[in-house]
Amino acid sequence: MGPLIAEFGPVWGFWAGVGQILLIMIMLLLSLAFLLLFDRKVWAAVQLRKGPNVVGPFGLFQSFADFLKFVLKEIVIPAGANKTVFILAPLITFTLAFAAWAVIPIAPGWVIANLNVGILYLFAISSLGVYGIIMGGWASNSKYPFLGGLRSAAQMVSYEVSIGFILITVLVLVGSLNITDIVENQRGSILRWHAFAWPTVFVMFPMLVMFFISALAETNRPPFDLPEAESELVAGYQVEYSSTPYLLFMIGEYLNITLMCAMINILFLGGWHLPWGPIESLGLPDWATPIAGFAVFYAKLWVMFFMFAMVKAIVPRYRYDQLMRIGWKIFLPTSLVAVAVAAGYVAYFGRPAIAAVAGG
Amino acid sequence: MLEAIAFYVLASVAVLSAFAVVSARNPVHSVLFLILTFFNAAGLFVLLGAEFLAMLLVVVYVGAVAVLFLFVVMMLDVDFVELKQGFLSYMPLGGLVGVVLLGEMLLVTSAVRTSGAFSDRPTALPEGVTNAERIGRVLYTDYLFLFQLAGLVLFVAMIGAIVLTLRKRDGIKRQDVSKQVGRTRKQGVELKDVRPGQGLG
Repeated sequence: MGPLIAEFGPVWGFWAGVGQILLIMIMLLLSLAFLLLFDRKVWAAVQLRKGPNVVGPFGLFQSFADFLKFVLKEIVIPAGANKTVFILAPLITFTLAFAAWAVIPIAPGWVIANLNVGILYLFAISSLGVYGIIMGGWASNSKYPFLGGLRSAAQMVSYEVSIGFILITVLVLVGSLNITDIVENQRGSILRWHAFAWPTVFVMFPMLVMFFISALAETNRPPFDLPEAESELVAGYQVEYSSTPYLLFMIGEYLNITLMCAMINILFLGGWHLPWGPIESLGLPDWATPIAGFAVFYAKLWVMFFMFAMVKAIVPRYRYDQLMRIGWKIFLPTSLVAVAVAAGYVAYFGRPAIAAVAGG
Repeated sequence: MLEAIAFYVLASVAVLSAFAVVSARNPVHSVLFLILTFFNAAGLFVLLGAEFLAMLLVVVYVGAVAVLFLFVVMMLDVDFVELKQGFLSYMPLGGLVGVVLLGEMLLVTSAVRTSGAFSDRPTALPEGVTNAERIGRVLYTDYLFLFQLAGLVLFVAMIGAIVLTLRKRDGIKRQDVSKQVGRTRKQGVELKDVRPGQGLG
């Protein structure tokens, strides 16, 4: 918002900033409606079903119908529940899921807050996400939600550690915590993207895979959806939630998944740059470049989301001890070694050459 | 103007929620207020221009330490009526600690007000050097040994905690993943030839 205020004055700059935020929120919510439908359609296709196909052409308006249903139903609060915390929990999940998007650059120059500690902010916000779940589980005053909440807290805290280390490998290679810098460091063809850049590909490609798996665990997606494993815990921390609070949980959850897709995109897959060159290589006029960049970013987001949906469709659920074992005994040491290797590479050979161009 | 408003809002919420931590009846509410306090402290750090420290505070304290607090407090069955019984008997000791802290704070502020802070106090960041870079430069040069020592202390504490809680019990089933994965069909499956009408007896 700072640059806007400098450009349009305090009053109009403020409203321009608010407008920007609203625009991104509406974009996210609309995308979410179709991503949800896409998720269900992919899942249905894998199982040779048709999926939602009644509301609107090809079932395109299914998510909106679901939305109306959730909003119009009665909110049931259990008698023994801790009312304040019970209502607060979905609100926290929902708000934090949106707050994280404040630092995500969705196209060259299109970002609400270009923080110098952007990636740390993302990490901080995503580490707060656990509160919504644990508070919801506790406040329901019921055994299944409580167990689900505890499981979830343990799971998310465990996988945050490996996500943190994987982030550090990228940060060490880039030399900046600013998210725009991280994307610009990958300016160029697919061979410049962090996941495939020579010679760090040997470290970074496995890191991409590990980040993807950790992201699945962090967002409670199958095969790591143990907090809400229906065969064991009915629906985990969401058992007592109905109508709008449930909707808020749901939106928060899907928004976090989308955020993880965006993070993979930004950290490893070149953000808004094309596979065959930087976005400027299209030769578009200045006003059209961000739009094209946004289209590329958005397309990559959908591809990543497709991966998430496919994993949900084809991989069976993990056992809880196996989940913990992977997190602590395999991912943590491996990512720690990767940090050491990446740091050693940077210390002996310097940063990959492009950093000098983009860092300035 | 805006900064002053932000400071007073953050500071007052921090103080009020810190008070609520000790006065809340429900221990879980206490921890939630503690989290609010941390959060406001992080906001104050941002106002000071130390955004790196603010993020670290949120990541480490709010994201990890407070989650564990919450975890433990939720699972403990604490009878708070009983715990509050002897509340007043701690009053002299608590009051003494409070008075000492107040005295020290007054001493520090009055010393700074009258004779200024120490000469090598941090100056404003030069242009183009980020917070994280500055902290890293200091931490890994001047204070390298202290930093490593702190890490070592934490490491020893972690091992200590594991040793304290680890106990070997005989006669319980344990899982050995390499054994499970390395099992062949021959070891796992036994074919029995069951005669009709006789069973395996």
